[in-house]
Amino acid sequence: MAHRNTSAHHGIPALEKAATGITGLDQISGGGLPRGRTTIVCGGPGCGKTMLGLEFLVRGAIEFNEPGVLVAFEETPEEMARNVASLGFDLRDLADRKKLYLDYVYVERSEIQETGEYDLEGLFIRLQHAVDQVGAKRVMLDTLEALFSGFSNPGILRAEIRRLFRWLKEKGLTTIVTAEKGEGTLTRHGLEEYVSDCVILLDHRITEQISTRRMRIVKYRGTKHGADEYPFLIDEHGMSVLPVTSMELQHKVSNQRVPTGIADLDDMLERKGYFRGSSILISGAAGSGKTILAATFAEAACRRGERCLYIGFEESMNQIARNMKAIGINFESWVKKGLLVHRAWRPTQYGVEMHLLRIHKLIEKFKPDNIIIDPITNLITASTEKDVHSMLMRLMDFLKENAVTSLFTSLSNVGEIAESEVGISSLIDSWISLRYAEIFGKRHRGLFVLKSRGMAHSTQLREMIITSKGIKLGPADALLAYRDRERDPQPDIDSASVTEKVRTKSVRHGSSSKIRSARGAR
Amino acid sequence: MKKNSKAPAASGDHHFQLRLYVAGQTPRSLAALSNLRRICATHLDRRYRIEVIDLIKNPQLAQGDQILAIPTLVRNLPKPIRKIIGDLSDTERVLVGLDLRDLQARTAGA
Repeated sequence: MAHRNTSAHHGIPALEKAATGITGLDQISGGGLPRGRTTIVCGGPGCGKTMLGLEFLVRGAIEFNEPGVLVAFEETPEEMARNVASLGFDLRDLADRKKLYLDYVYVERSEIQETGEYDLEGLFIRLQHAVDQVGAKRVMLDTLEALFSGFSNPGILRAEIRRLFRWLKEKGLTTIVTAEKGEGTLTRHGLEEYVSDCVILLDHRITEQISTRRMRIVKYRGTKHGADEYPFLIDEHGMSVLPVTSMELQHKVSNQRVPTGIADLDDMLERKGYFRGSSILISGAAGSGKTILAATFAEAACRRGERCLYIGFEESMNQIARNMKAIGINFESWVKKGLLVHRAWRPTQYGVEMHLLRIHKLIEKFKPDNIIIDPITNLITASTEKDVHSMLMRLMDFLKENAVTSLFTSLSNVGEIAESEVGISSLIDSWISLRYAEIFGKRHRGLFVLKSRGMAHSTQLREMIITSKGIKLGPADALLAYRDRERDPQPDIDSASVTEKVRTKSVRHGSSSKIRSARGAR
Repeated sequence: MKKNSKAPAASGDHHFQLRLYVAGQTPRSLAALSNLRRICATHLDRRYRIEVIDLIKNPQLAQGDQILAIPTLVRNLPKPIRKIIGDLSDTERVLVGLDLRDLQARTAGA
């Protein structure tokens, strides 16, 4: 006991944890479930209770060498084995290898006549037998409340359940008991009254036809735990929980620079490009060249041997690859070399949390140096602006934590800055704005650096010329010639944020009218 | 006369196979066994067999008959399987549980 982890101040052994092995859950629970205690996992039908418990058992058996016992009250082991086969869990194999013991407990009240005194010693004997068979350290009872429909004497039942929880604790078994959520109570039969160590509530809600699963640790005695609702995902690799709370703003800052892929644009950014690990926004109207700019950046990254993750919310991989060939970018070759991973899915396919979770998983798997999300504005169609903003904030924190340079494109209306952009502007380090100018009856693409934190960037509006060999920027004065009523202030690093605000204003009220007046003057 | 009236209802070779699950020699288990013996002697003549299974000695047997409550009496034959839990102190309920209630009523009425 003296050698266990002791909390610094009291010398009392800290609560031991049994890691679940479930991505994210161990993080928010400070290391896992209370070892040797019972945890209640409750929620409505289909919320993922059984899945959580099974993964806890399976990972315990495989990863932590802690065999488990599954007592299923509602589904036969065959049904359960089938249900989780899609997650790559082979319950039968684990059972054959004596890492898991499956017992199906069937209670049907109509078949049972009650006469006189009884107890549930039979259940205890079965449990003990099961535990002995595999040397179990973990137990899952799914769903213990089925007992309530099997026996009519609630007095006996409650006393026996109380005795069961005590018994599990005495045996030092780390246990998950699943329970249906009740009306206004955590569990229908008030099981939480018997177990006071740890209660986890799962929730599966559907908002505007998009489903989101969430988890909350309602109670965890003796442990500091995340109190928020955490979104989670069940996919072919099991369950993953996403810790929501953004990390403190402490990420390492890099002085290293990343070329933009366009020599002329690098020149505008102190001849060096973006900062590594910074966030970049490219905004502009439809057809202004956002994707081309993003793709150019991606290609340049691959050329340097860096890994790049490209997430498209608008175009499929094949479509982007085809279109980019026109400007001399061959995405397919980078994909083949393993430097580029492209994923495209509909923004309306999931809620924002799920998007975030999916992106997280991709990043953790592929470990990119750079990530492109094209376009982020489409996410707003999937949720409210507030949710998107908070998601992006968390995503950007996560990216910075991992020193991933991120580039987002954003669709805005001609001549205006979209509301959504204003919302995320504070999260963005470098902002490239694309716009049109109509001169001599011809449409020209314009580019300027709206802001770029920590560097003396150019404030000129340049013409963006798309050629079959990539992007070039036209001479600084080609477009400016028409709008030289006021000189751009000289770039100044210290007042970057001030400049940014001034520029935002001038873009709104100034430049568009200037362009218009230039047009009118012709 | 009584035996003759029972015979047709019992459809031929009418044998009761009963299994009583207990966990050790607890007072409750002992009470259940003596109650069962008394009821069988009174109502089933000699057409029954009682098997007592102690789950403390044979825990693996609990799964087969889906035993949770102790004591549990299982009627394996005649089919369908019936389960009666408790110390079998309520004779009426035991008779209902064993499906002997109707038989009993008819016999009493005759």
